[in-house]
Amino acid sequence: MTPQNSGAPVTRPEPDAPAGLAAPTSHRARLSEWIDRRAGTFFIMPAVVMILIFSIFPLVASLVMSVSRIRLRAGGYKVSFVGTKNFEKQLFGSEQFHFLGTFREISLLGWVVMVLAALVLVWWLYRYVRSQFWWLGFIGRLITANLAFAIVALAATTLLSGNNFGTLGTTLFYVFVGCSIQFIIGLGLALLCSQQIRGRNFFRVVFFIPLMVTPIGIGYAFRMLADTTKGPFSIVWQWVGLGDFAWSTSAWAARSFIIIGDSWQWIPFIFVILLAACENIPRDFVEAAEVDGASQRQIFLEITWPQILPVAVTVMLIRMIEAFKIVDLPNIMTSGGPGIATESMSLHSLFAWRSLDLGQSAAISYLLLFVTVVVCVSFFNIIVLQRVRQT
Amino acid sequence: MQDTYQKLRHTVVAAATGVAGLLALSATAQAQYNDVTINILTRPGPVIAQRMVERGEEFTKMTGAKIKVAEVPFAELFQKLLTDWSTGTNSIDVGVFASGWGVEMVDGGLLENLDPYIAKDTKIDLPDIAPYFREYNQKIAGHTHLITIDGDFQMMYYRSDILSKMGLKPPRNWDEYMAIARATDGKDLNGDGTPDYGSCMFKKRNAQSYFAILSVASAFIQSKGTGEGIFFDPQTMKPKVNNAAFIKALKVYKATGIYGPKDELNQDIGDTRALVTTGRCALALDWGDIGPLSLDKGGEAIKNKMGAIIMPGSSEVLDPATGELVQCDATTCPHAVDGINYAPFAAFGGWSGAINAKADAKTKQAAYEFLSYMNQAAQSNVDVTMGWTGYNPYRNSQLDNVEPWIKAGFTKDAAENYLGAIKASLNNPNMASDIRIPGAQQYTGVVLDRELARFLAGEISAEEAAANIEAGWEEITEEFDRKRQSTLYKLSLGITN
Repeated sequence: MTPQNSGAPVTRPEPDAPAGLAAPTSHRARLSEWIDRRAGTFFIMPAVVMILIFSIFPLVASLVMSVSRIRLRAGGYKVSFVGTKNFEKQLFGSEQFHFLGTFREISLLGWVVMVLAALVLVWWLYRYVRSQFWWLGFIGRLITANLAFAIVALAATTLLSGNNFGTLGTTLFYVFVGCSIQFIIGLGLALLCSQQIRGRNFFRVVFFIPLMVTPIGIGYAFRMLADTTKGPFSIVWQWVGLGDFAWSTSAWAARSFIIIGDSWQWIPFIFVILLAACENIPRDFVEAAEVDGASQRQIFLEITWPQILPVAVTVMLIRMIEAFKIVDLPNIMTSGGPGIATESMSLHSLFAWRSLDLGQSAAISYLLLFVTVVVCVSFFNIIVLQRVRQT
Repeated sequence: MQDTYQKLRHTVVAAATGVAGLLALSATAQAQYNDVTINILTRPGPVIAQRMVERGEEFTKMTGAKIKVAEVPFAELFQKLLTDWSTGTNSIDVGVFASGWGVEMVDGGLLENLDPYIAKDTKIDLPDIAPYFREYNQKIAGHTHLITIDGDFQMMYYRSDILSKMGLKPPRNWDEYMAIARATDGKDLNGDGTPDYGSCMFKKRNAQSYFAILSVASAFIQSKGTGEGIFFDPQTMKPKVNNAAFIKALKVYKATGIYGPKDELNQDIGDTRALVTTGRCALALDWGDIGPLSLDKGGEAIKNKMGAIIMPGSSEVLDPATGELVQCDATTCPHAVDGINYAPFAAFGGWSGAINAKADAKTKQAAYEFLSYMNQAAQSNVDVTMGWTGYNPYRNSQLDNVEPWIKAGFTKDAAENYLGAIKASLNNPNMASDIRIPGAQQYTGVVLDRELARFLAGEISAEEAAANIEAGWEEITEEFDRKRQSTLYKLSLGITN
């Protein structure tokens, strides 16, 4: 029933019916009609209430925490409003080196990269304005361009200038490098297992197992496996001349080992979804291409890749969102060390929470949320929507 | 005959009455806390927690009170306790944690004052508890709020067999330490054919390394007695870190890694102990646990071969006015021995039990009696001789009587050496107290730990680390209110003016 055709009462009292009897019928009818009109609202209300309680409320509560200083006291909390101080501390204050990195001298290469990035982004915005300007789209692209420049500037002033980067840089490294490696290997395995080869069901199960192992277990297992002096592969390490190499004392080696552990866990996720996508490609297409004499490379580029692309983009989006939250492996394998080299933003927030600095912890969480949203929305906007517009 | 019969009858009646009375008393005692359950929260076992479970079963048989011990990871213990008690959840009756955390809890009115309970307790034998633990560890602002069940401070351990074979003496200062570490590093210390380490000192971030650096630094910073403090100037709360003494300690601590395992930066206390107990370290820094651990299964490689000594000292100490190191003399180092200033650091202070002020009166009484039971000499003197319990000595009777230690497996010489090292530390008037003010976790567990890790990893210099720690501590002091922090810090050091 639409609100338009439910406007008239369903039951009307007969003209000669006694007024005393007509009134209750009329009330019931009106109530029934009112309920009918709002049926949609009533049906979705439980879901809305659940979302409000379990999703929106924590979000709002943590936002309040991020602009407060909270001290636990007997009988409750003492909350003092501090404005944006918690954010300022991370971005410009005493925690800047921890969150963003150390900014000393910027190298020539750093300057060149920053200028090039700025030029490319300005050109990208200019092209958009000239071709298909829409003010909302422009604002979105402006935010993306600013964040992209901030990320490049961060890399240029820290990584390319010999300075240490903070937890933001480390997180982005885990996300971009880790997810790329996981995607390439996951796709490769999916293509392999979609072939008609012997024992493919066995390999499907084997490749899927790591996803079911708890991250804490993976952390401890990889810490042990990577031990060059006492671990099960110590003989191999000695044999290749790395017996004296302590990966945990080298920033890049430690970050790389964490990515290896993370990849071992998450490649199966990408593998299993891309395998399903690969198996859904109609055989006719491939067979027709084969009859036409297409090479395997051409079949992959012209048939397989376009067919699995929407799934691939979605799986990468989900994986990236998950990768931004990495905490278990660096916590177990290195506790964020050496120094702060392997500390992710989530771990940074966790350490603040453990010391009961709830305001800082919430502020870092919000900064993480902001970066995740902008990166993931930009990725979706540029890769997926661009393609939708083209078709 | 009549008389004899009557006497016999009286005796039987008296005996029966006595037995009935005793049974009734016993039943009353057992029934006393039948309806009481004491919920305890502490770190994961078996260390600390498991012995409480076992003693809890004994306590239940005696009094009827049920003891439930819940465990959470060490890093979350303080947060969980504070949240439970401050938000009024009050699901925990007793917390067993680092005594230093108690100050923040007392400040929030969360811990029961145990003075009235102690006044009625005839079994706890307070004077037997070593002065540091009785007067500093258990007390906050002049009142007893905690009951010690483990005495914690760090000591230096050395392989007595190796040093004696090489004609070396245990180190008295850090120069001697480095010389011994250099001489023993790379030698096969346990006969397994592989080269071992001259020095083992845990250096992992977010673990216990900040205790170790303070143990190294204390002798450089504090020389006038416990009341001087190693963290701040008690009057101004200016941190005592951005100075020549702390910078030297940072450099010494890092330099010990040259003679340690290659992955020492990623080793916590558990990793280091595994190396020590398998005989792979000539020198090691640890709490009192190494002695009892050498007697446990798995410690055969070092049984009666591990000597203990007070932490190395320094012949140069901090001049607070200039921030520079000055040579020890009668004025600068009044407690020095042979010109060397020692300041054993009461790292962590020891695991102690505290009672939730909001628990009901009967539960609080039962909880106190259980903590007292754990602390009493009859129980604790046995518990401290077992390495797996994690309990270290804190009573004089545990140090004076070597018999339980010989019974546990020590030779007389080894027992006397181990207990002698503990006594030398505990009775030192210059013992350095751990930080016991609100925000203790942030000062040490966050700022100090992070900057230390960055320095050890080569990200920053010792001077930068010291400056960063000072800035971070100043910020925390301001957040918690400088004046109040100063008052509480003075109280924690026993300064009443």
